[in-house]
Amino acid sequence: MCIRNEAQRLPFVLDHHRRMGVRHFLIVDNGSTDDSSAWLAAQADVSVWQTRASYKASRFGMDWLGWLLMRYGHGHWCLTLDADELLVYPHWQTRPLPALTEWLDRQGAPALGVLTLDLYPAGSVSQGDYQAGDDPLTLLHWFDSGNYQVQVQPKMGNLWIQGGVRARAFFAETPRRAPTLNKIPLVRWHWRYAYVNSTHALLPPRLNRVYATDGGMLTSGVLLHTKFLPGIIDRSAEEKARGEHFADASQYSGYYDRLTADPVMRSPASTKYTGWRQLEALGLMSRGGWV
Amino acid sequence: MSFGVVMLCHTALDRAAQVARHWARHGCPVVIHLDRRVPDRERDGLVQALTDLPDVRFSDRVACEWGMFGLVQATILAASRMLADFPQVGHVFLASGSCLPIRPVRDLERFLDANPHTDFIESVTTADVGWTVGGLNKERFTLRFPFSWKKQRRLFDLYVRLQRRLGLHRRIPDGIVPHLGSQWWCLTRASLEAILKHPDRSRYDRYFRRVWIPDESYFQTLVRQVSHRVESRSLTLAKFDFQGRPHIFYDDHLHLLRQSEAFAARKIWHSADLLYQTFLQNAEHAPRPAPNPGKIDRLFAKAVQRRVKGRPGLFMQSRFPNQGRGGNQSAAPYGVFEGFDALFQDFRPWLAQAVEGRVHGHLFASERVQFATGEAVFKGGLSDSATLRDYNPRSFLTSLIWNTRGETQCFQFGPSDVQEIAKFIAQDPNAMVFAVTGAFAVPLWRSGRSAHEVRGEVARLQKIEADLIALVDSPESKARMRRWTLGEFLENPAEPLQVIVDMLNPRVRQRRADLPRLLPLAGFSSFLQDLRNQGMQPVLMGDMPETLDSLPNGRAPVMSQPVE
Repeated sequence: MCIRNEAQRLPFVLDHHRRMGVRHFLIVDNGSTDDSSAWLAAQADVSVWQTRASYKASRFGMDWLGWLLMRYGHGHWCLTLDADELLVYPHWQTRPLPALTEWLDRQGAPALGVLTLDLYPAGSVSQGDYQAGDDPLTLLHWFDSGNYQVQVQPKMGNLWIQGGVRARAFFAETPRRAPTLNKIPLVRWHWRYAYVNSTHALLPPRLNRVYATDGGMLTSGVLLHTKFLPGIIDRSAEEKARGEHFADASQYSGYYDRLTADPVMRSPASTKYTGWRQLEALGLMSRGGWV
Repeated sequence: MSFGVVMLCHTALDRAAQVARHWARHGCPVVIHLDRRVPDRERDGLVQALTDLPDVRFSDRVACEWGMFGLVQATILAASRMLADFPQVGHVFLASGSCLPIRPVRDLERFLDANPHTDFIESVTTADVGWTVGGLNKERFTLRFPFSWKKQRRLFDLYVRLQRRLGLHRRIPDGIVPHLGSQWWCLTRASLEAILKHPDRSRYDRYFRRVWIPDESYFQTLVRQVSHRVESRSLTLAKFDFQGRPHIFYDDHLHLLRQSEAFAARKIWHSADLLYQTFLQNAEHAPRPAPNPGKIDRLFAKAVQRRVKGRPGLFMQSRFPNQGRGGNQSAAPYGVFEGFDALFQDFRPWLAQAVEGRVHGHLFASERVQFATGEAVFKGGLSDSATLRDYNPRSFLTSLIWNTRGETQCFQFGPSDVQEIAKFIAQDPNAMVFAVTGAFAVPLWRSGRSAHEVRGEVARLQKIEADLIALVDSPESKARMRRWTLGEFLENPAEPLQVIVDMLNPRVRQRRADLPRLLPLAGFSSFLQDLRNQGMQPVLMGDMPETLDSLPNGRAPVMSQPVE
């Protein structure tokens, strides 16, 4: 995990994955100025690396994480996340990660594919009060259930999924630039593997085949994306100024501007989150035979 | 009479010890076979954990490679020890270290006491099994399998292919008929002794040493020679995935397992604390819900189905089928209407009622998506932005059909719309295309512009429509299409409309008498003639009926009487 000023989100996000069976957290702290560093230092199951170098120049943190994975991840099932992502997968409350990874091992699957699901509040994003340790889902429980665009990227054989609320609300005129939502965050790591951009695609390309092409379906999960907590407005203004988040950040200034304008993202067609079974029924994740 | 339990163990020995203790505590002797490959340190731990229980014994050890004869040998060793050490044992129950008793031991005891001479072992002839995976049924018995399937897969496959190529066959020993079945059985002392002391046993053992997965056939075959009463079923619940690997039971299966009629279940996840706690500590006296084994079967059958067939029409991060495997299929039948809305005043509301579905406008209109009631955001979050839709029209349409499962969708489509989706529609077996060809000219005529002004536009649209019709009509197309020229349609609109209703809503009982109201078309024929005079050739319209100019404008055409 690579973080910057996430003191608010860290307690819950670590706890969520800790309860799920994550044994150790390896975190790159990219120059936090809030309480993140101190809080992380107090955790028994966290190792922290500090850097003030450019996030963008390290390919958005992936060079740092790639090195940690190579050095410490070999032979382990490794989960690579952002601080605003909560992994859920079929039966996650009753079957911790070791159960999932044993299942994947038995299936001969080296990785788990997920969809990043943007969650948003009922009203404008600035409303509500979020304190460190709170469950973000008490504020964010709406999502778009069926507006995802799926295509294959032939070069690496990975899927390219876009859509969701951000495409609908912020990128309707420039859909190609809408955020990529497919990720492969859980991998039985080998030192020769590498993430190509964020955790969207891996090398070697065979690892990207987390989907069935014969009409069947494999096991998959969802990353609940808690980006749209009240802090997003200040953060967006700051990110826009830093220009560290996109290769050509100027093209995304409209996106930041719309976020800073405190939008209401919920529509009459939005769906209220109730749990993984709902996501499976909607076709946003799959048990893939793991009943 | 009582019964003893033979346990074949190789991992999660702490759980094995827990289960062995449970059996022993309820008066069942236990003999444990521990895989030779288990390190001594772990073996010592297990022995230590059970040292206070005199009726838990350990047999001699052999290595148990999956699919090989070692597992049979292990079973023989442990079962022999059981028969020799515990003369009171009437039945031997074979279990693994990851089996868990899911009904009170007392129940099993009573059940076996009531059936003292019955062997409970699934035993099916090779011709009758439907469940082996990998295509090796009969060949398990007629080829040789010296290589491990798990560790020497390449050699295994190569050797199988070689034997097939050379036509090599082993002879099945006289007197035995190969049977297959679950490895987990419960046999009577009499049958077991008869198998183990059979005069031909060394010959059989030599044969089974090269049979593949002999633990699923050795006892299952030989029991048929010695037993008087075989009940062909396993007392142990086991479910398999589509590759024939056993499913694991987790804490969330608790309720399901309580509804099983089986006495034990496997495999249990080693960390399923709730299951171990419930069944080993609390369940002995707890009341059980009514057995419902069908529910368990259905759940796991559905899981296999879902894994293999997926959910047609769904495209997501773990399902993206190739062209030939459902990549061109939406989730449910839908109707595509070309030309109809140009002819009627109230076609959409009429159709919505007639087919009991949702009728959109032009979903692929170039300016914006025309959802049924003009929504800016439709079900599932689909936006009315044409840019978003055109970025991936296939995802747009398959999402729309997916999001509205259970409700028939219809939409208008015409040559003015963005055509890229046509390729998908033509390949989609769920698409039903209804076209009145040439009807696109009616709005142009009604616009009041002269034939001279619109002839270019008519020609352009005619070309687009002709291409679409050719696409959907081609032999490769999987969509169903009904099409009429405008002339044919106007001869008797009621009939085509009935065809449409029947196809889209086959369950509807009552035929509707009312029909949508035609727009006034008097003068359209001369408009077409004007186009011809301008040098344009309107071909898709067909021949207008002579009565066109006298058609009662603004009134519904007469519907033929329904045939009951």
